[in-house]
Amino acid sequence: MAFIGAGVLRGMGVTFRTFLETYPWGRVLLRGLRQPAVEGLVTIEYPDVKQKHAERFRYFPFLVYDGTPDNLRCVSCKICEQECPPQCIYITGPAKDEQGRPQKANGRTFPVEFKIDVSICMSCRICVDVCPFDAIEMDNQYELSSSERFGSLILNKQELLKPNEYFQRIKPTEASEVDARLAAKRPKPQPVFPPKAP
Amino acid sequence: MSTAGELLEVSLGPQHPSTHGVFRMNAVLDGETIVKLKPVMGYLHRNHEQIGEGITYIGSFPFTDRLDYFSAMSNNFGLAIAIEKLGGITASERGEYLRIIMAELTRLVNHTAVTGFLLNDMGAFGTPLLYAFREREKILDLFEAASGSRMMCNYVRPGGVRQDVPEDWLKQAKEIVDHYPHFLDEFEKLLTENEIIRQRAQNVGVLSKELAVNASITGPMLRASGVDYDIRKVDGYSLYPRFSFRVPLGSVGDVYDRYYIRILEMRQSVKILQQALKDIPEGPAISPKGAAMGKAPRTFRPAKNEAYGRIEAPKGELGFYLVSDGSPQPYRYHVRAPSFVNLTVLEDLCIGHKVADAIIILGSIDIVLGEVDR
Ligand code: SF4
Ligand code: SF4
Repeated sequence: MAFIGAGVLRGMGVTFRTFLETYPWGRVLLRGLRQPAVEGLVTIEYPDVKQKHAERFRYFPFLVYDGTPDNLRCVSCKICEQECPPQCIYITGPAKDEQGRPQKANGRTFPVEFKIDVSICMSCRICVDVCPFDAIEMDNQYELSSSERFGSLILNKQELLKPNEYFQRIKPTEASEVDARLAAKRPKPQPVFPPKAP
Repeated sequence: MSTAGELLEVSLGPQHPSTHGVFRMNAVLDGETIVKLKPVMGYLHRNHEQIGEGITYIGSFPFTDRLDYFSAMSNNFGLAIAIEKLGGITASERGEYLRIIMAELTRLVNHTAVTGFLLNDMGAFGTPLLYAFREREKILDLFEAASGSRMMCNYVRPGGVRQDVPEDWLKQAKEIVDHYPHFLDEFEKLLTENEIIRQRAQNVGVLSKELAVNASITGPMLRASGVDYDIRKVDGYSLYPRFSFRVPLGSVGDVYDRYYIRILEMRQSVKILQQALKDIPEGPAISPKGAAMGKAPRTFRPAKNEAYGRIEAPKGELGFYLVSDGSPQPYRYHVRAPSFVNLTVLEDLCIGHKVADAIIILGSIDIVLGEVDR
């Protein structure tokens, strides 16, 4: 090293460069000096500007329905309730009639109530992985904070239900995969056999 | 009246920014010199091991993210290795490559951040830390694209990774990795030759080879003292023997060496990453057995056995010890946390130094309280 303090000065050179990079005129100046200059300002002014998230960004689960809300995919098998690591899913059901027989809607059992606690959920996605019916998926809506502990922090079935179109909109790749998988599972319409004689 | 020889007890923390979380140091001072120092931990105890014994093997993965929250991917990797040993699962090749890529990216994230924090502790308020975070952010974006979360990734699974990376991901990763050496050059220009940092860090908190080995210190801290021990080389787990990289070693074992060894390790990580991103094969990202286990965690019932899986996490040897009793839940689940073990020599390093030096010695050990207390 040439003299004591040279290292400090060189370091200051780096900070000065970065300082220039944060201003448009600074970048022009740097380019004029034949220096590479990239946009130096990397912070985002949340909440005025929001970051664009990756497609897979996950925050909180929701329940998928096809068409109308009563045609939800969840059959209330309670696997997700059992496997959720912090145990924040509470399911009541499946729905039963007066005689105690399981009620069915669209050929499936369904939960009476389905609650997830936002403040306990740790966005792990295990419920999505274990659900055999692709009924639960991860949402990317993250502004769910509230000033009370209960109430709006515990989402019930009505608040959790979202249409498949919404899922298609936020996560097109994943939703298409799920749709393809479900279509493969659905029994094909049987041809009428033997064909009726004219 | 003279106060010579009178000792003063100072409690640093638990709510103190320099302790990197809720950690407390009870220091006994003679003037400004430390004569005794007692670390107090346990403020962030979350019952991690006991929880792990009450849920399935897969269920522990999201909790491991919260151990050392700077390096979630490595933590997942460690548990995955232990479960693979226990259940005799092999990983798919692409899965192994992806795991190595993630683990090395994590090392970049961790070492970049900790260097920034160390400088923050020294009083270089903000600048190096923000430079570090600027780069770290880019890698976190990669993690988000692959796993859906920036820090709590929950991505690696026994047998591979949970989902294959999206299209174009490898290309983006390559861009960022190729740019990294430029950042490291800039970072070094800012810091390595800086006389103030040298004055502050050289010959402070010297950890001798003998003490390091006897206290079972691992990771960059051990290597800064000049002991050649890297589990990637020693165990050769996963596919690490395929990659060519060197293990940088320090000579003195002071704070400065511990800073510089991390820079050198990052350069080696970049090398591994470049090789891995070039050679990564096509194929399934997870082996069939691993995929079945992820879909239905309760079907995985390993025979009565025990297994210890360990990896070279950014902070040192991260080990998971599992005992199975044949049920879907582990009978015993233990974590060997590198931060915790590395912290045990804090007193030996600090004695004889000034209070201000204790702060940077702690910073150079690189602890994350989530892992120390579990
Ligand atoms: S969401 Fe899926 S796993 Fe959970 S109860 Fe409904 S069908 Fe079962
Ligand atoms: S994301 Fe994880 S924590 Fe949240 S409800 Fe699903 S399984 Fe439970």
